[in-house]
Amino acid sequence: MKKNSLEGFMKGIFILSALMSVISIVLIMYFIFAGGLPFIFEYGLKNFLLGTQWKPSNIPASYGILPMILGSIYVTIGATAIGVPIGILTATFLAKFCNDKLYKYLKPAINLMSGIPSIVYGFFGLTVIVPIMREFFGGTGMSIATASILLGIMILPTVIGMSEASIRAVPATYYEGSIALGATHERSVMKVILPAAKSGVLSSVILGIGRAIGETMAVILVAGNQPRMPKGLFKGVRTMTTNIVMEMAYAADQHREALIATAAVLFIFILIINTVFLIVKRRGEN
Amino acid sequence: MSKISIKKMDLYYTDFHALKNINMEIQANEITAFIGPSGCGKSTLLKSLNRMNDLVEGCRISGDILLDDEDIYDNDYDVNLLRKRVGMVFQSPNPFPMSIYDNIAYGPRTHGIKSKAKLDEIVEKSLRGGAIWDEIKDDLKKNALRVSGGQQQRICIARALAVDPEVLLMDEPTSALDPISTAKIEDLVQELKKKYTIVMVTHNMQQATRVSDKTAFFLTGEVIEFGNTEAMFSMPQDKRTEDYITGRFG
Repeated sequence: MKKNSLEGFMKGIFILSALMSVISIVLIMYFIFAGGLPFIFEYGLKNFLLGTQWKPSNIPASYGILPMILGSIYVTIGATAIGVPIGILTATFLAKFCNDKLYKYLKPAINLMSGIPSIVYGFFGLTVIVPIMREFFGGTGMSIATASILLGIMILPTVIGMSEASIRAVPATYYEGSIALGATHERSVMKVILPAAKSGVLSSVILGIGRAIGETMAVILVAGNQPRMPKGLFKGVRTMTTNIVMEMAYAADQHREALIATAAVLFIFILIINTVFLIVKRRGEN
Repeated sequence: MSKISIKKMDLYYTDFHALKNINMEIQANEITAFIGPSGCGKSTLLKSLNRMNDLVEGCRISGDILLDDEDIYDNDYDVNLLRKRVGMVFQSPNPFPMSIYDNIAYGPRTHGIKSKAKLDEIVEKSLRGGAIWDEIKDDLKKNALRVSGGQQQRICIARALAVDPEVLLMDEPTSALDPISTAKIEDLVQELKKKYTIVMVTHNMQQATRVSDKTAFFLTGEVIEFGNTEAMFSMPQDKRTEDYITGRFG
């Protein structure tokens, strides 16, 4: 009897632990949408999402976040264009070409990348990438391109880790089948193994996109943060995340609500990305 | 002249002596069956014939294996060309996760054929050769993993045929298949021997008697007996062969 009550108690503890994460996400959703939706209804969804002016201190203030939505999308596309090819090739190298000795150093180094705080990346971007960009392309050096490069580096561990795992998970029989037809190691890897791992690789790309679009502290240091419609690859830009961080400290009333609503929009972006991730993953499993 | 001759061949996996002093002549346009209990070295020898053992770390070979009188383990021998000439079908069907067409075209593309018309021709010819054209000719774009196991194995045979090999190695090609698919593959193999030299590992002694011309009986890394299938099964020369084929062990 005593044993049973202890088991029941422990079971409760386990369930509670499992529920914690679900409860957190529900609470986060509640507060973001409860804080943001009233503003969106009041200001108008179209004005908010498609407005090109973000001028909280004007009278009357305008809260169009299209510049920031585009900013987020542009730097994410840029980060993907830089990080994904490098990441996939690195993963392929690690899984199929790298010797054990080199792997012993490379793998921990890449794992370490994901543990570095983003502000450190930001500082690296500010002190190394920004001056180089300024040198080559003029302006302040803070731009969509700069943010893309930095984010491209930051999503590498995400893309590499998952791609490598899925490349390694491809059955050895595919490789043997290709070798037995007289194909070289390189051809077998690039034409058979990599395509066979594509759903896992695609999942890693989507996770990388999610990481890039949500990144804040690194972007804030290198993107320039001008709240205007993006003007070019080498011009400054502001993303949704940085918009919130830059102004939250002093915003009040409607301005504050507009920032929470920005977070709600960002949240929806993340939900969409995660849904796509799940669909791709599920399709890969079938 | 024999197609493949194996002379005084020994094979080690690091310290394990897996094949001991193998001598064997494999004739063109015949089916040679390797039989024997699990772990006796028959698959190992098969994989030595197209150097798939190169992929196994610690695998070491001494002695000679000659294909048309050329030593395939010679340093100058082009191993990719060898594998084009000596095709392989595996124990469980392993089509690539791509369309049936691309599966068959993979080999020819590997060896430099780009013309669409030429590839179309090879794909049809190979699938006919694999006795599966009539069943799937309207589904060439379908993913090869979405057909039955028996069809997958015939696609794999067709894939091997597509690079125009001379020898076909089959490693228990029907062990993962149902009786009907097995019968189809056995019929097909009879047909294929007119053009190709076939070496087949099998666990199934009835299969060896049904399909093969010559049989080699393996035990713990040695070839105990090698000769005409009919003779071996009706009048085994060695006591151990007799014990094995009458089902006393293995």
